[in-house]
Amino acid sequence: MAAAMIRDLIGSLQAALGALGRYALFGARLAIETPRALLRFRLVVEQVYNTGALSLVIIMLSGLFVGMVLGLQGFDLLERFGSEESLGTAAALGLLKELSPVITALLFAGRAGTALASELGLMRATDQFAAIEMMAVDPVRRIVMPRFLGGVISMPLLAAIFSMIGLYGAQLVGVQLMGVDQGQFWSQMRGAVEHGDVMEGVLKSVVFGIACSLVAVYEGYHSLPTAEGVGRATTRTVVISSVSVLLLDYMLTAVML
Amino acid sequence: MATDSSSDSAAIVRVRGLHYRAGGREIFAGVDLDFPRGAVTAVMGPSGCGKTTLLRLITGQARPERGSVEFDGQEVVALPRAALYRMRRRMGMLFQNGALLTDLDVYENIAFPLREHTRLPERLVRHLVLTKLQAVGLRGAARLMPAELSGGMARRVALARAIVMDPELLIYDEPFVGLDPVSLGVVLRLIRRLNDTLGVSSIVVSHDVREITAVADCCHLLSGGRIVASGPPAEVAASTRGDVRQFMHGLPDGPVPFHYPAPDYADQAGQVR
Amino acid sequence: MRQTRAIELGTGLFVLLGFAALFFLVTQITSREFGLGSGGYRLTASFDQVGGLKTGAPISMSGVTVGRVESIAYDFGEYRARVTLRIDPQYDRIPDDSDASILTAGLLGGQYVAIGAGASETFFRDGDRMQFTQSAIVLENLISKFLFSKAAEQQPADQAAQESNP
Repeated sequence: MAAAMIRDLIGSLQAALGALGRYALFGARLAIETPRALLRFRLVVEQVYNTGALSLVIIMLSGLFVGMVLGLQGFDLLERFGSEESLGTAAALGLLKELSPVITALLFAGRAGTALASELGLMRATDQFAAIEMMAVDPVRRIVMPRFLGGVISMPLLAAIFSMIGLYGAQLVGVQLMGVDQGQFWSQMRGAVEHGDVMEGVLKSVVFGIACSLVAVYEGYHSLPTAEGVGRATTRTVVISSVSVLLLDYMLTAVML
Repeated sequence: MATDSSSDSAAIVRVRGLHYRAGGREIFAGVDLDFPRGAVTAVMGPSGCGKTTLLRLITGQARPERGSVEFDGQEVVALPRAALYRMRRRMGMLFQNGALLTDLDVYENIAFPLREHTRLPERLVRHLVLTKLQAVGLRGAARLMPAELSGGMARRVALARAIVMDPELLIYDEPFVGLDPVSLGVVLRLIRRLNDTLGVSSIVVSHDVREITAVADCCHLLSGGRIVASGPPAEVAASTRGDVRQFMHGLPDGPVPFHYPAPDYADQAGQVR
Repeated sequence: MRQTRAIELGTGLFVLLGFAALFFLVTQITSREFGLGSGGYRLTASFDQVGGLKTGAPISMSGVTVGRVESIAYDFGEYRARVTLRIDPQYDRIPDDSDASILTAGLLGGQYVAIGAGASETFFRDGDRMQFTQSAIVLENLISKFLFSKAAEQQPADQAAQESNP
């Protein structure tokens, strides 16, 4: 009984290690291909459109509402300490360092990540990768790389837009609705927020961009060539990217604080 | 590559002693095949007998357990990646459903190999693409997306794409599946015409006996991991071997049993109760 | 062809918006001026206690920002903290007997360096050292000082009460 359990445990441990290894190898492959893929920038630009521009509306809308909630909650909390003027600081730090990289990455996984995974999965299921191989073209280089890079480029830009819109959302609620002084809101923020805080957020979103894009293209490219396989690839993309974003977020925060 | 001594032999693809197993199941148990230069050669067999796998082995997409595959005198098995890609440029392959790239329109699909492998000026690309489209009768559909094409049209576009690099060998994987009679007739005629006018060699893999016998010069019947019959279609059709006869004439029961192996019916029925 | 143009336009718009947002975050939200940070001249000042002063903190005269703290280091010659102040070039007539103190903006705000103008006829020049400084106030020290003085007030009163008793 115990022996069987231990065997099961070792089995699943091996499976997890194997998956991690495959991810690492695929990631290394993509890293090696990156300089060459950047030369064919047109293909990357097309994917920046697919992953970035098409996610813009959902990012802006979410940013606005997250910022507005931050304005309400932040005001309620800070009012208890009589320092509602710090609302700008609180909103800016919360958005820059935590909320915008994480929420953007989660939305990205749901919107662009699933689209990528299902597109690649469908290409796998309809023999398109085999056809490309038969035309003596490397599908990783021609199909996967531009999509991966498009995601990596889009993520920090999306997160920056999220932060900016979110700040205006917080300002809208804090200043217009709750009556925080407009000048205090911005000047306190400028006094307290440092360059490093912005960079921390940008660094996070770059790391999340790499993680989410890698998961999406890996799952899509390696999906089983069936309708069910495509569905499973998109589900796995959302689950794996979300969990790894939250995990990475903790690790990055712990390192940078 | 061109200096190879056997490059002027009669067979463009030569398969010897091919062994392959997938998931513990033996797919090929020593297959020998010759595909003559300039002819349409068919490989037939029941579903799941490994016809598509054979194509994957010939084109180097899969590696056999044992045996050799030669393309124009050159060993395909264990060929390094770069050399394999060089070799594949001399082949054109038509996949079962066309396998057109969904994010490109018909024109760009056909131009794809040209853009990847050559630096031709746009004017020349255009000329080449439109010529190939004309050859399959779809010049008017150049700006349609693959999703807007019928099954037969998609396959003709894929055929145009397969011949755009002027290959020496054309490979068709189940080219007749799911086509209406008219499209089927078109594809059938195209296979024959391209083979004769372009001076290529063709390999057609299919289980559609009637269509194959109409187009092929020579056919091989694959069953149980071995070649069970070879020769001109009429000769194979006239074979007296039980399994060959069953396949060629579509008989429901014979050496290939109608029933999947199962315990005796009476026993099982008794158990349930 | 029209489709490609739409894609290019959309991508361009997105990238522009993204970089505009990044630029906004870097320049508008943080206090550090971006790229213009090396002009002006430098003064040094030594403090017993810099508290929570950080590089990049503003230097103000009567509430006007005249420069930024460039570096903070510990000076083993003096056993005090040495702060390098970068003053913007247009503020070139600060009397050389002016004093520097580290103050806190509001109760919980960040700390900054305030320069109080002196009365000298000569002005600071690049590399000069400020003589008169006042350290940052550390809340704990302030509280303990307050408590000690309270205790000291209490003691004489107790003694007086004891003396008058018998």
